[in-house]
Amino acid sequence: MAKEIVMPNLGMDMDEALLITWTKNVGDTISQGDVIAEVETDKTTVEVESPVGGTIIAFQYEPGANLKVGAVIGYVGDAGEAAPAAGGGNGAAATSSAQSTPVQAPATPAPATVATDDGGRLKASPLARRIAEDMGVPLGQVSGSGPQGRITRRDVEGYTPPAAAPVVASSPVTGGFFGGASYGKLPEGSDIEVSEISKLRARIGERMVTSKQQVPHFYVTMEINMDDAVRLRKALNAVVPDNGVRISVNDMIVKALALTTRAFPNFNTHFYGDRFVLHRRINVGIAVALDNGGLINVVCKDADIKSLGSIAMENKGMIQRARDGKVKPEDVSGSTITISNLGMYDVDNFIAIVNPPEAAILAVGAARQIPVVTENGELAVGSRMKATISVDHRVGNGAEAGEFIKYLKDLLESPMRLL
Amino acid sequence: MAEKNIQMREALRQALIEEMLRDERVFVMGQEVGEWQGTHKVTREFADRFGERRVRDTPISEMAIAGTAVGAAMAGLRPVAEIMTINFAFVAFDAIINHMAKVHYMFNGQFTVPMVMRVASGWGDQATATHSHTPEVIFAHFPGLYVAMPSNARDAYGMLKTSIRDDNPVLFSETIALYPSVSSIPDNNPDYLVPVGKGDIKRSGDHVTVVGYARGVAWALEAAKELEKEGISCEVIDLRWLRPLDLEIVYRSFMKTNRCVIVEEALPMFNVGAEISAKLQEDLFDYMDAPIKRVSAMDVPLPYAREIELMALPNAQKVMQAVREVLR
Repeated sequence: MAKEIVMPNLGMDMDEALLITWTKNVGDTISQGDVIAEVETDKTTVEVESPVGGTIIAFQYEPGANLKVGAVIGYVGDAGEAAPAAGGGNGAAATSSAQSTPVQAPATPAPATVATDDGGRLKASPLARRIAEDMGVPLGQVSGSGPQGRITRRDVEGYTPPAAAPVVASSPVTGGFFGGASYGKLPEGSDIEVSEISKLRARIGERMVTSKQQVPHFYVTMEINMDDAVRLRKALNAVVPDNGVRISVNDMIVKALALTTRAFPNFNTHFYGDRFVLHRRINVGIAVALDNGGLINVVCKDADIKSLGSIAMENKGMIQRARDGKVKPEDVSGSTITISNLGMYDVDNFIAIVNPPEAAILAVGAARQIPVVTENGELAVGSRMKATISVDHRVGNGAEAGEFIKYLKDLLESPMRLL
Repeated sequence: MAEKNIQMREALRQALIEEMLRDERVFVMGQEVGEWQGTHKVTREFADRFGERRVRDTPISEMAIAGTAVGAAMAGLRPVAEIMTINFAFVAFDAIINHMAKVHYMFNGQFTVPMVMRVASGWGDQATATHSHTPEVIFAHFPGLYVAMPSNARDAYGMLKTSIRDDNPVLFSETIALYPSVSSIPDNNPDYLVPVGKGDIKRSGDHVTVVGYARGVAWALEAAKELEKEGISCEVIDLRWLRPLDLEIVYRSFMKTNRCVIVEEALPMFNVGAEISAKLQEDLFDYMDAPIKRVSAMDVPLPYAREIELMALPNAQKVMQAVREVLR
């Protein structure tokens, strides 16, 4: 009597996985526990073991199909047995890409790194494997720095996906992934280079789409006189010892943002569909651009109560780790409000996309010397920086946002209050 | 509590005196312990102080020494017997393993064997192949026998007292090279005891767990001090007892550092490092971030020529090399 092989649940919040390949053939004799398939979940490639021994009678799906947890994916029994009548080949349990609740793209996993030996076995220490599983890091994408390319704990912990952002509960995107495969047929030819979208990049894209589609953004821009802040910064850095960390303008804005958020706790409140969640700690996420074109947000925790010196020191450490690809899990988790600074590119002003479920994000441009009108109505040269706050209108309204950004401006224009 | 600096051989001597004063059933026996003042001077002046009855010079017969001590212990005394070096204990292997270690079990508790068999171990001073063994692991192989092996004067002091007061048979191994080593002991605390089967963290660290006993600890500490300059932080654990073996202290450290090196003066095959490696990978597999390395003597009879004798023995450099390898 043929036994069913049911798609097991292989990890937390997994409801389906992409079948990459069968590792045995129909007709093969297998033992209980033998690996029969490789599937790709949201996080990594996983092996599926057969719960019974016997002869493989049939497989129900072709590689490329999505296997739902609990679906019958094959039958194992005695040699020569016929497969029980199943509900039609790639039937009921597989999902098609046109359905309205996709979470994965039918993309193949990124190629494995040097850590495999001739047998295709991934070289990773037991500890590295465990941490990778706990952190949801795809081991096959981590490069190993140990002997013979072995992946060790530091490699897993320092792993940053190609285009990373803090992981957030993903909400279903209606109309298909990335707006649906509705751009028509893929172009072909020698001037075209088609590349697969990695799962993590896809996830980020999905979050950005969600944010743009579902968060009712509005924006408030403020011009801030940075003369005093720049002057204070100079004075503070003049007494920093040679091996100390200098305070940057961004560090000051991080502190100012945190203090402002403390005065306006509504901006530290997150929207969860039918509930508001107020965060008591103010953790400022800081967008960091990476060399390979990626983007990662490091998080300055409790920025409202830390001194400028501490903030400067921590931020420097985290940003360096981010750029070196050695970011720690605590560096990139827990942000409650975010800042993005394009001042280093001399940008005048820009508008950022809110990071759901956060309520606001502050976009900061460069402090530039421009003609200004002084108090006695005269023309002079002054330093002005534009900051735009993007706000989720479900959490904050225009008046509040106006007050918020005015408070921020006042702080930065009386920078002694940041100390 | 006041402390005083003392050589390990003197600390052992003091421990013996205090225990002999405390309990008149305790007596000393072995070759040259009396008139000759003790081969390693641990029983210096004992004969004068305690008399012939409690300080017994024996014939050159290790079987007799061991066998007599077992009998005396079974009869209610608390002998501290001595075999001049552990190399000669091989001659008494049957008495030590089949009697000393097993009488309590085989007589279903009707007899205990509360004896201590003191032996001097290792060497490294051109004593050559037959007189330079550090084979405690062979004795620790057998259930029923405690095996103590201190690395310093303080532990030696407390462990010898504990061993004498314990009702179980103890093989007490004293490393010859460590007899002159100095550390501090409590100045006036004759009840200073080191608990049976408990190791000790001799140096705290975060990057790698270095486990050793006896001379292994000295090499490990020397290596750790040098490695600190390279930014490597070693946690050095002194096992102190080979049986009962304190795996818990090793596990706690390994769960923190995920890397381990075991250092001992003993030969490589089937040694303490082998046991600890096996247990670590068995119980803490998912905590391993690198293979576990062992530093031991080379797998050769110890040579006579000084230069190659030193090559065949472990040293701090070899420990440093092993630590660097597990950190790669």
